[in-house]
Amino acid sequence: MTNVKFSRKELEKHFNLNEKTIEKISLFGTPLEKADDKEIEIEVFPNRPDLISLQGFARAFKAFIGKDTGLKIYPINKPEKNYSVKVDKSVKPIRPHTVCAIVKNINFNDEKIKEIIDLQEKLHITIGRNRKKVAIGIYPLEKIKLPITYTARDPNLIKFIPLEASREMNAKQILQRTPAGIKYGNLIKDFKKFPVFLDANSSILSIPPIINSNETGKITEKTKEIFIECSGSDLNILNKTLNIIVTTLAEMGGKIYQMNIIDSPKMKTPDLNPDKIKISLENANKLLGLELKEKDLNPLLQKMGYEYQNQIVKVPAWRTDIIHEVDIFEDIAIAYGYDKLIPEIPNISSIGYESKENKIKSKITEILTGLNAIEILTYHLIKPEEAKKLRIQNPIELLDSKTEYKILRPNLLIPSLRILSENIDVEYPQKIFEIGTIFEKESQEETGIKEKDNLILAITPSNFTTIKQHLDYLMNTLRIKYEIKENTHNGLIDGRTGDIIINKKSIGYLGELHPASLKKWGLKMPLGVIEISLEEIYKILDNQ
Amino acid sequence: MDKLIETLSPIEREIIPYLNLEIKEIIKQSGRDETSVLRALNFLERKEILKIKTQRKSVIVLGVNGVYYLKNHLPERRLLGILEKNNHSIINDLKKMSKLSENEFKASIGALKRKSLIELKNGKIYINAKKEELTKKFPEEIFLEKLPLEKDSLTDEEKYAFEILKNRKEIIEITEKKKISFELTEQGKKIAGKTIKSDLLEEVTPEIIKNFPRGKKFRKYDIKAGVPKIYGGKKHFVTQSIEQGKRIWQDLGFKEMSGNLIVSSFWNFDALFTAQDHPVREMHDTFFIKDIKAKLPKKELVNKVKQAHESGISNSKGWNYLWNPEEAKSVLLRTHTTCISAKTLSNLNQQDLPAKFFSIGKVFRNETVDWSHGFEFNQTEGIVIDPKANFRHLIGYLKEFAKKMGYEKIRIQPAYFPYTEPSIEGAIWNEERKEWVEMLAAGIFRPEVTIPLLGTNIPVLAWGPGFDRLMMEANKIKDLRDLYKNDLKQLREKRAVIK
Repeated sequence: MTNVKFSRKELEKHFNLNEKTIEKISLFGTPLEKADDKEIEIEVFPNRPDLISLQGFARAFKAFIGKDTGLKIYPINKPEKNYSVKVDKSVKPIRPHTVCAIVKNINFNDEKIKEIIDLQEKLHITIGRNRKKVAIGIYPLEKIKLPITYTARDPNLIKFIPLEASREMNAKQILQRTPAGIKYGNLIKDFKKFPVFLDANSSILSIPPIINSNETGKITEKTKEIFIECSGSDLNILNKTLNIIVTTLAEMGGKIYQMNIIDSPKMKTPDLNPDKIKISLENANKLLGLELKEKDLNPLLQKMGYEYQNQIVKVPAWRTDIIHEVDIFEDIAIAYGYDKLIPEIPNISSIGYESKENKIKSKITEILTGLNAIEILTYHLIKPEEAKKLRIQNPIELLDSKTEYKILRPNLLIPSLRILSENIDVEYPQKIFEIGTIFEKESQEETGIKEKDNLILAITPSNFTTIKQHLDYLMNTLRIKYEIKENTHNGLIDGRTGDIIINKKSIGYLGELHPASLKKWGLKMPLGVIEISLEEIYKILDNQ
Repeated sequence: MDKLIETLSPIEREIIPYLNLEIKEIIKQSGRDETSVLRALNFLERKEILKIKTQRKSVIVLGVNGVYYLKNHLPERRLLGILEKNNHSIINDLKKMSKLSENEFKASIGALKRKSLIELKNGKIYINAKKEELTKKFPEEIFLEKLPLEKDSLTDEEKYAFEILKNRKEIIEITEKKKISFELTEQGKKIAGKTIKSDLLEEVTPEIIKNFPRGKKFRKYDIKAGVPKIYGGKKHFVTQSIEQGKRIWQDLGFKEMSGNLIVSSFWNFDALFTAQDHPVREMHDTFFIKDIKAKLPKKELVNKVKQAHESGISNSKGWNYLWNPEEAKSVLLRTHTTCISAKTLSNLNQQDLPAKFFSIGKVFRNETVDWSHGFEFNQTEGIVIDPKANFRHLIGYLKEFAKKMGYEKIRIQPAYFPYTEPSIEGAIWNEERKEWVEMLAAGIFRPEVTIPLLGTNIPVLAWGPGFDRLMMEANKIKDLRDLYKNDLKQLREKRAVIK
């Protein structure tokens, strides 16, 4: 989720902002987060990075409200002499592609520079997948000598002053010492060679995707012409990213120049020719439930920045999200207006149904609440120290949990003890129960983990007799025969605990907690518990 | 007066003869315990026979060490005794002989010096007082023997002892004590001291039922008096909300589908056309399980999903990357209930269509916990698989569902999810905040999702509300953590919701 803030004054240079148009911002597909006198804040979904910049948003939204509709064409200039970037084979296993452009007639002020850097950063995070997929470099043209080479070099031989640093460093030091190096270094650090952009003087312009050189890679208010490169792995996304940046700059008054990319195959970038996608009117009407005519399509699609003719939609070269005709259909619906679509519920007769397991769970809940027990609902995860208290062997651990809860619960006893320990000052007696999922390792399962529905009932203060009375009542009410077999259980008193047996299988245990365990959990009153797996009970009740 | 007498309970009648005495005496003479007497006084106050006065007083009592010293003498007294036998001892020797702790020893030396009973010279200690002075009780000792004492009524000598002792370790303590007394009202004065005989009937007993004494009256209870609280068993309010949600789905003709909380990336992401480099698949958003790999489903399905991602399926361009089956095998706590929908679709027969299903259950995100975030929460989702379904139906179902949840004013706006197109969000008008709040997510599954799972491109409508948000609103909860806090007091006192 990306939220962007636009200056209201700047937006109003493109179109009128009144209550009606503001209302439409959310209906365009950019939920309005905030609108005040100074700023408009919207959310941009990850499929529309072309709306992140003010210029990009204004271009699209203007068309939506009926101003300057249709496919926007930007003049593009052919490469001049030396406007070329040679891609060396050595980058192929590391960061295989680059697409580049030159933009002239730039009139930067502090505000504009900030906007461009902001766009660059947001593109890095979203479509660029934190620079892994796309990294963008922008350089003042007057500081570099064309043509450019994109190649890979031994990190020990890469030496320059990185952006915002005061002295020369080699590549290893840059990865260890600069903030960008520390943050993004792992994208290249395991390669023998690092990618670099070199100019005709063999000066290092940058190590993508880490950092530019301070000498050749810093834009100021004096910068009038810039060189832009996007490097990464997905050529299609690189082109789209470059197109988003150059058209944003063109909206600011810049003139776009292509560059020759000497790669195999050779290319000229940026390529602003629209993509073409075939759509079917019939499919559109079927999916949307509308009765649109052929002649309705172009006006609707023009509101979304497209051009339509003879089943073919011309898609702006900066749209990253159009991979199927359904993507066009959604935009047709947005242009049509979600508020104008008439809701309909088809008459399909079908009968509601609740799973048998859930019905049994509800019944058990009813029986236990009838015994004055209070239902608790606890987390499915437990803390490592809680597992230790009950000597849990072989816990199922999570990778890098951000919370103190790091283990899948192996029983319901642990969460119950936690809840009781958090309620020691609440009036006694306390009688709580929970029905919930517990987890066990089981290699036969698709995921290697078996999930079981368990039931726990805990009563404090209580003793063996009380807890067995409750078990007895529950089982009798469900008409299930059971036996108790002596056994020992971690944390319970020997001779006051045992297994609960149904059909010769142990389905759980009951008993009194040992004072030593109670003390570990900070509990002050005697505690009796029953914990059973419901699986066997489901089977028996299913057969009745 | 007779009317009043009719309402008196046995315990009240029992203490009325002693009402001219103080509470201590009433307890002694009536033979009743303190709690019963105080309760009776409370009843009598409600009947305007007397007025209870409560005074709070600070009382000085013995501390843990005080109890010990009272029995075994203050350390300075013990030290003095040893010194008498071993005058002119070296400090360290004396300390060893005294068997006092460092703290006690220091305090004792200080106390004896202040009383000018001893003197220190050249590292030696000797007694500096007459014999009779040594045997005289210290004011501190007298004070300890007198305890407990009320702090506000100490004599000067007691005050002196108090000031000294309060700074020493746990010799004395100050506790707040309530002192209860009462005053008789005019009516009370008339009745106090009298012996009241009553032939009124008390509780109904089997004996009384058998032989009801004709003409006898029952004592009248104070039916307005408060009673001690009792609590019943209860479902958790979240369970109640879930049941309400289920009822709505079933009323709309949906069948429940259930599924595991632990699923493979294949079902949670890949089958739902979520590219393998999508940020949601990273560890900082999703709980992955350590050291476990899942099995993938049948080859045919896996290959179709792979194709959908790599080069696209049925005129789709796909995501244009190399799909990695190993990545699909990672095991995780499901991040949405949509993975249950995906599994349901893959098991569906064409002859069962059209079909409607719902699921409801926990989903997980790797998040730290604060008032608006949790790492697990409830989600519910419905799907309609119908060859004739369209976008307007989706809006229809969504509005109907919202209406049943109690939301009439709803706005449909565009949204984005990787696996639906079109995607929409239902925003609900919040009258309090005067703004639209996004509450329901919905969409039609993309062909890249339905073709591998169903075999053909049949529209599948899907939608669901953010359930915890709805519950917070319904239960007037401002902090998400309160949904799963399990404060038993709060659960016991929870109001019944009828919907």
